[in-house]
Formats: sequence, structure tokens, C-alpha cells
Amino acid sequence: MEFVQNFPFFSIILSLFAGPLCSILNGKWAKRVNLAVITIILAMSSAVLAFTLRTGDSYVYMMGHFPAPWGNEIRVGMLEALMAVFFCLIMLLCMIGGVLEREREIESTKQNLYYIMVNLLLSSLLALIYTNDLFTAYVFVEINTISACGLIMIRQNGRTFEAAIRYMIMSLLGSGMLLLGICFLYDLTGHLLMSNIKEQVAILNASGQYHMPLLITVGLISVGIAIKSALFPFHAWLPDAYGYSTLSSAAILSSLVSKGYIFLLVKIFYRVIGFDIVRDSKIINVLFVFGVIGMIMGSISAIKESNIRRMIAYSSVAQIGYIYMGFGFGTELGMIASLYHIISHAATKSLLFVAASGITDASGDSTDFFDLTGAGYRNKLAGIAFTVGALSMVGFPLFTGFISKLLFAQAAVDSYHKLLPALIALAVSTILNTVYFMKTVIRIYTPEKREVLAKKQYQVITMKDQKWKSAALVCFIAINLFFGLYSEPVVGLLERGLKIFA
Amino acid sequence: MNLANLFNNYEEAVAMILFGIGFSNLLLQKNLIKKIIGLNIMDTAVYLFLALKGYIEGRKAPIVVNGVQSVEAYINPIPSGLVLTGIVVSVSVTALMLSLTIRLYRRYHTLDLDEISTRLKKEGL
Repeated sequence: MEFVQNFPFFSIILSLFAGPLCSILNGKWAKRVNLAVITIILAMSSAVLAFTLRTGDSYVYMMGHFPAPWGNEIRVGMLEALMAVFFCLIMLLCMIGGVLEREREIESTKQNLYYIMVNLLLSSLLALIYTNDLFTAYVFVEINTISACGLIMIRQNGRTFEAAIRYMIMSLLGSGMLLLGICFLYDLTGHLLMSNIKEQVAILNASGQYHMPLLITVGLISVGIAIKSALFPFHAWLPDAYGYSTLSSAAILSSLVSKGYIFLLVKIFYRVIGFDIVRDSKIINVLFVFGVIGMIMGSISAIKESNIRRMIAYSSVAQIGYIYMGFGFGTELGMIASLYHIISHAATKSLLFVAASGITDASGDSTDFFDLTGAGYRNKLAGIAFTVGALSMVGFPLFTGFISKLLFAQAAVDSYHKLLPALIALAVSTILNTVYFMKTVIRIYTPEKREVLAKKQYQVITMKDQKWKSAALVCFIAINLFFGLYSEPVVGLLERGLKIFA
Repeated sequence: MNLANLFNNYEEAVAMILFGIGFSNLLLQKNLIKKIIGLNIMDTAVYLFLALKGYIEGRKAPIVVNGVQSVEAYINPIPSGLVLTGIVVSVSVTALMLSLTIRLYRRYHTLDLDEISTRLKKEGL
């Protein structure tokens, strides 16, 4: 065994222990520890990615010294390593981009608590990506929920408390169903390791025994995770949670937390139940329908919204709808499109949140749509970044959003029954996206009247004033262009990763 | 025949009914404390289910005290272990929910979530 193979375990345990360590440090040092931990884990995950690309296969890492049916396992392939690298990168940029806001909005005595939550969140995300054990996955799902709740309520006002408690209620409903589903699976198969469960499920499916309980189990797990990742009818908590929490929290929550759950669902589909059985169970049709409705309803809510942060938050509802629509095709192409959209949405949504905060900084901290008039001239970089993000979300070529829309359309053509609704939903949703994103871009590039400017005295912000945020924005733009222009190797990697994923 | 199965496995049926009660309370109650009670009923129902499935009649917990080492004498400890893990998770989640409820109550002097929402809309932030 090579030393690199230990890295997934090291990265989980490192961030898990960095959390409690931050509780005895002051805010400044906690921040440094946190940034260092994320950077180290980013480097380690990159090494793991390089290793899996070299061997071209996935490997199983035994936790402790108990072999397969008894012990706990980590399993790493290209897909997992790619997700880990990407999640770390986005998290690092979100943390860098939100430095100013965190210092302004979080009480100085509570600064270090924030980094505890971020470290625990990172560790739970990594564990969800790597683990091969269903009950471990459940425990880390709960850690993820608790730390995400902490991220929401660290900025203390009524809105965030309400958002946090709504988020907790919805999440707990979801995890209750997930836990019940896992218990059913354990009773039916007698295993907790994913690969062992799959063998038993295949036997059960072939013999036709316990058909109904198996169906209910798949339903419980899918719906549970759909609730947790804010699929359309369960998104009530989302706009407040993203709209009023501090910037890094909003960016991390929208781009990473829900994606961790979705990745777990992909894993359960492929590695626990087997994708053929999931497809035959018709559960994916339900996901498809709610995904399509979510794509349209999320965009309509975003159009009606006049607060820019809440508008971007509602756009997340639509994008989660896209991802579930991809699952709903029940084909490999659809799954690859969804996985690509996980990456593409994470890269774009975090960019939009950071850019929007740059724009509101130049508009006297107002998030109201009409106060943003001409903000693109007052903070040039944020204006450009927001335009890039908006174009990417709309699906303009050059940017990553275009590639995921293209992949979705190709997947739709491949699936006969869902071709028409999927293409119509894609077209309508793209038009609606264009309406609210282009409306905002035009607004921030409409020159403000002289008398208003004289009265309100907006601050002009240059790159030098906000060094960290500008650096993060430049990196985000680069990531968006990278995934938009060099999509082919990434799609190829996803394809190969998905083959050895099951 | 199906009804007979239901009566034979009445413990599991009770667990599922409890899960339903807890789930709908957590989802539908307006009062935050009642929601948290619903959460606890829901989680406990799952643990009841797990514990039931892990128990085999006539066997003991796997702690050797009188020298009997036969596998047939004991139950599988893993379901009980899962219940313990689950209890830890649900205790921490309950504590978090209760602390959030206290913060909201201090601010708005009510436990009604809808009432809190309407007041938030009035005051802006």
C-alpha cells in the first residue's frame, strides 16, 4: 500500500480535530488554522486524485483492522477524489472571499466558533464523499446539518434564527426518513457496508422477495435526501438562510452543503441499491417531476424577488431542480450531466454570492434591487464577476453553465419518454433565468443619476480596498472559464469515475 | 393473511405508527416545543424498530458472565450499538433545537413559529 492511500482518512481526521482545536484559540489564530487545514486537505486530495488517475481504479481503505463485513471502510476512486478537490477549492475561496464580512458581522468573541463549524462541515463533507458505510454516512449527515445550522445562526438577528430553526426542522424530517430507510435496508440485508448491501439487494431483487419493503426503502432514502438538499416543495427555509447569513456561510451552504447530500444520494443509487433497481422502481420519475417543477418555480420566485441575495438564493432552488431532473432520466448520460452540474453550480453560485456582496458594498450595503443602479461602475471587478456568474447561470457559451445545459439536453435526447418535458423545462427555465439575471446585470450597468449619487454618496471600491475578496473573485472567474472551456477532460473523468463507482 | 402478519409483528407496526405521529408533529405543529417533542417521538420510534429487529427471543446481550461462549446464546450487538449512536445524535440535535427555541423566545416572547414569521416580516430584519 502506498502512503498516498492514507490521505483520505488523514484529511477527514485532520479537519475533525481542527474543529475542537479552534475552540481554544482566539479568532485570528482559528482563522489561520482553518485556512491552513483547508489548504493542506486540498493538497492531499489533489495527490489522491493524481494517484487514482494513475492507477485508473478505486481502492478500499480499511478503518481499523477488521476485514469487510465487520469493519468500517473508506472507498476512493476518481469521482470521489475529484469532488474532494473541488469542494476544498470552493470552500477555500468562499472563506477567503468572506473575510471582511465575517469580521464585521460576527461578534469578536464568537469568531473562533465559526471556524469550529467550518472545520466540522469540511470533515463531514469529506466523510460523505469517501465513506463506504451507510451508518457512518448517516452520522456525518447529522454532523453536516448541525454545523450548517451553526453557520446560519452565527450572524445573530431574528431572520437568521428563524431560518436556522426552519432549516433544522426540514433537515430533521429528512434525516428521520433517511435513518428509517437505512434501518430497513439493514434489516433486509443484514449489512451496513455499501458493497455488501448491494450483493444482498441483487439477490433479493432476483428472487422477488421483499419487493415492497425494498421499494419503500428506496423511496424513504430518496425523499429524505431530497428534503435535506432543498428540492422544490421543501425549500421554504432556503431564501432566508442564504439571504441573511454572513457571506461565507451563504456561499458555502449554497454551493457545498446541499451537494454533499446529493453526492450521497448518487452513491446510494449506484453503490448500495444498484442503479438498475432504482430505475425500475419508478422513484426517479417522482424526482424528475419535482425537479422540473422546481426549475420553473424557483426561477419565478427569483424574478419576483427584489433583494439580490434572496434572488440568488431562489436561483439555487431552480439549479437543484436541474440536478434532480438529471437523476430522473435514469441514464448514465443524465447522471453525468447532474454530476457536472453539481460542479458547475457550486463554482457559479459561490461566485455570484461573493460578487453580489462586492456590488452591495458599493451601494451603501443595501441589497435592494434599485439601489444597485450603476454599482458595476463603482466596483468594477465585482461587476465583471457578477456578469460572468450571471452569463454562466443563463448558459452562455465559454462558461461552465453552458456545458451543463448542453449535457442535460443531450441526456434528454437520449431518453425517449422524458424528451419533450425536459427540453421544454430547459428552454422555459433558461428564459426565466435570463429575465432575472440579465435584469440585474443591466441594472448594475445603468448609470445612476447625478443628483442621486450626490445625495447617497456611495463608496467607490477598487481592487486594492478589498484584496482578499478580489483575489477570490479572480479565482472564481478563472474556475468558471476553466470548466467552461476545458470541459471535455472533466466529463471524461466523471464518466470513468462513474464506471468504477458502483 | 396480510392482516395476520400485521398482528404477528405488532411491535414493528407500533414503531411505524409512532414514527408517523412524530413525523407529522414535527412537520405540522406550530408550537416549537411540540415540534421538538415530535422529533423525539420520531427518533425513538426508529430506535424501537432497530432494537426490536436486533432482539431474538430467549437470547441475552453478548456479555459473557457464566462461561457460555456459544453464538446461539447471544444476540447480535450491532443493532444495539446503532441505537446508542442514534441516541447520541438525537440528544445533540434536540439540545441545539431547544437552544434555538430559547433564543427565539427571548426575542419574540412566543413559541409560535408562524407568529414569529409574521413579526419578522413586519420589522424587516
